[in-house]
Amino acid sequence: MKHLLEKIPFIRPEILGNAQSQEIDNTSYSPVERQPWITGENDNTTITDKVCGILEDKPTFGWVMFFLLSLSVLGLLGVFVPFLIFWGVGVWGVNNPVGWGYAIVNFVFWVGIGHAGTLISAILFLFRQKWRTSINRAAEAMTIFAVMCAGLFPGIHVGRAWFAYWMFPLPNQMELWPNFRSPLLWDVFAVGTYFTVSLLFWYMGMVPDLATVRDRANNWIRRLAYGALSMGWTGSNRQWHVYERSYLLLASLATPLVLSVHSVVSFDFAVSQVAGWHTTIFPPYFVAGAIFSGFAMVVTLLVPARQLFGLKEIITLRHLENMNKVIMLTGMLVGYAYAQEFFMAWYGGVKVEKFAFMNRAFGQYAWAYWIMVSCNVISPQIFWFKKARTNIWIMFVVSIFVNIGMWFERFVITVTSLANDYTPAAWDYYTPKLADVGIMIGAFGLFFTLFALFCRFLPFIAMSEVKGVIADAAHSTPSEKPVESGDAESAPSPAAGS
Amino acid sequence: MSEPKTHEPAFDTITAEGSVDPKPVVLIAEFETADQLMSAAEKVRDEGFKRWDCHTPYPVHGLDGAMGIRPTILPWIVLGGGFTGFCGGLLMQGWMNGISYPFLISGKPFFSIPASIPVAFELTILLSAFGAFGGMLALNGLPRMFNPLFRSDRFRRATADRFFISIEARDRRFDADSNARFLRGIGANAIEVIEE
Repeated sequence: MKHLLEKIPFIRPEILGNAQSQEIDNTSYSPVERQPWITGENDNTTITDKVCGILEDKPTFGWVMFFLLSLSVLGLLGVFVPFLIFWGVGVWGVNNPVGWGYAIVNFVFWVGIGHAGTLISAILFLFRQKWRTSINRAAEAMTIFAVMCAGLFPGIHVGRAWFAYWMFPLPNQMELWPNFRSPLLWDVFAVGTYFTVSLLFWYMGMVPDLATVRDRANNWIRRLAYGALSMGWTGSNRQWHVYERSYLLLASLATPLVLSVHSVVSFDFAVSQVAGWHTTIFPPYFVAGAIFSGFAMVVTLLVPARQLFGLKEIITLRHLENMNKVIMLTGMLVGYAYAQEFFMAWYGGVKVEKFAFMNRAFGQYAWAYWIMVSCNVISPQIFWFKKARTNIWIMFVVSIFVNIGMWFERFVITVTSLANDYTPAAWDYYTPKLADVGIMIGAFGLFFTLFALFCRFLPFIAMSEVKGVIADAAHSTPSEKPVESGDAESAPSPAAGS
Repeated sequence: MSEPKTHEPAFDTITAEGSVDPKPVVLIAEFETADQLMSAAEKVRDEGFKRWDCHTPYPVHGLDGAMGIRPTILPWIVLGGGFTGFCGGLLMQGWMNGISYPFLISGKPFFSIPASIPVAFELTILLSAFGAFGGMLALNGLPRMFNPLFRSDRFRRATADRFFISIEARDRRFDADSNARFLRGIGANAIEVIEE
């Protein structure tokens, strides 16, 4: 298969990108000797050169094609958002029982995607998972862009978009305040806080790397732009001291935050009285689903990116394998939640509830339900096999399946419960219209355009953190030098390092 | 690899353009590895320098102790931010929905703690994060766009793959010649004095 693909001119690495890195299998496990996270002959100098090279070299053909394609898809938003604002939400397929259509589905989908970045950057940081360092920058960027896509939908789905500021507690001419007992308002605070904190965390983590780019700049535009962004960072250890403490605190703040955000999003459904929504399992179920979909999107983005930018020695197979393990775990958590919902509906004995779930699986939207189950529960099961976990083609395809499945999960939850609710006389079938689909696809254009720009203009890998991992590995590899008493990893003593 | 050189000059001098009466502002010494920097930092600390710093491309573990840096007060700033966010969040909701424009929703109380927790929680996190980020900038004196260190081309590698010690001219023990000799002796492979 590999040979076949190499014959297609557009996939050949020398045309697609500066792929000068080689794939080294570091996934074998031995309790005696740990495999390195960064493979190949890499040190501080080569890491700096490789990562900064992405920004400094001429854009590759692959990148230009990707950027132009994304930009043209983004054009759909430029067409359909003004169309929606001009004509009103009537251009959407929403009808009387189904008042929440694609807008809310897309909102929840994108917020969910946005959860992997903070999970990788904050939770894995607290758990001292060193493998996060190679992927956290890109994952956090993905988070920011996904939350931006999510934020688009509440803004436009209110009908009169020019009154969207009513969502915020601002003094206005009616002397009226928002209703703080509504989960929809909690959402405004949760998603707003999440975006702000993720942005701060991402930017702060990037300051030392922006300083690296500034110090390598060879023209005044770069020096000015990266100089301003890096705020005069000199790598001073007195500053590193405060910086590291601040990073730790931000990580500890972002950890409960990331768990709260999708919980609050699930309250939009769970606090209502609609059968199929009114369940206490929703918060953990939504959080697991969010991490699931977010990791899948990280794999979708990183598998081509590491190929395109020659980062196979930094984002190694072992990183991808770990992500696939998380995907499989969270996929099974999601599958468990699907089963648990049915059990609770049966065990609870409420007639409407029982109907809602039977209807979900075998009713008019059964096709959507079974797409969801096959993509989310069945497809990740292939990751039981190590061959699949470490094969970039298989993981890429599975990650696409998971993205599709998680979109359908939100569709199933939102639409099936509304379309067949308490009053059979009011039942209807929801069909999206052109504007629904246009805005949905356009949001992907926005996401990929922003990600493409990020790849070109900001450091793709957290260089300073990867260098720390290399330094730790050098200190803890027994084969390199004889083990001294008082290893350099431990607290500083006069002997350390001398 | 860097034997102390006996012949003069022991350092290069970088002078700002158009400077009438150049005076040294900072001295930088380059080290090849983090381990060399670590042992040098301990000696600089023990020598009694106060206004000095290490510059590394990544946070080197153990260097805080080797330099004798005291723990930062940042956690207290973050705690203050979080406390303000939580109390402010509760007060805002109580005042807006209970006092300024009482909202009666399904006969529920105008203000109750459980319904106010999500927003108060998010504001706690938000203001704590502002405290962590803003506090980090304030304590580090950032943004600082002009720094004499940026005059040195050699110093540009401090953010890539080299390790530096800088000693400010304001330090009481500062003396370009003797400091340069001292740093050479503890492993520096290049010394520069930046003048203004």
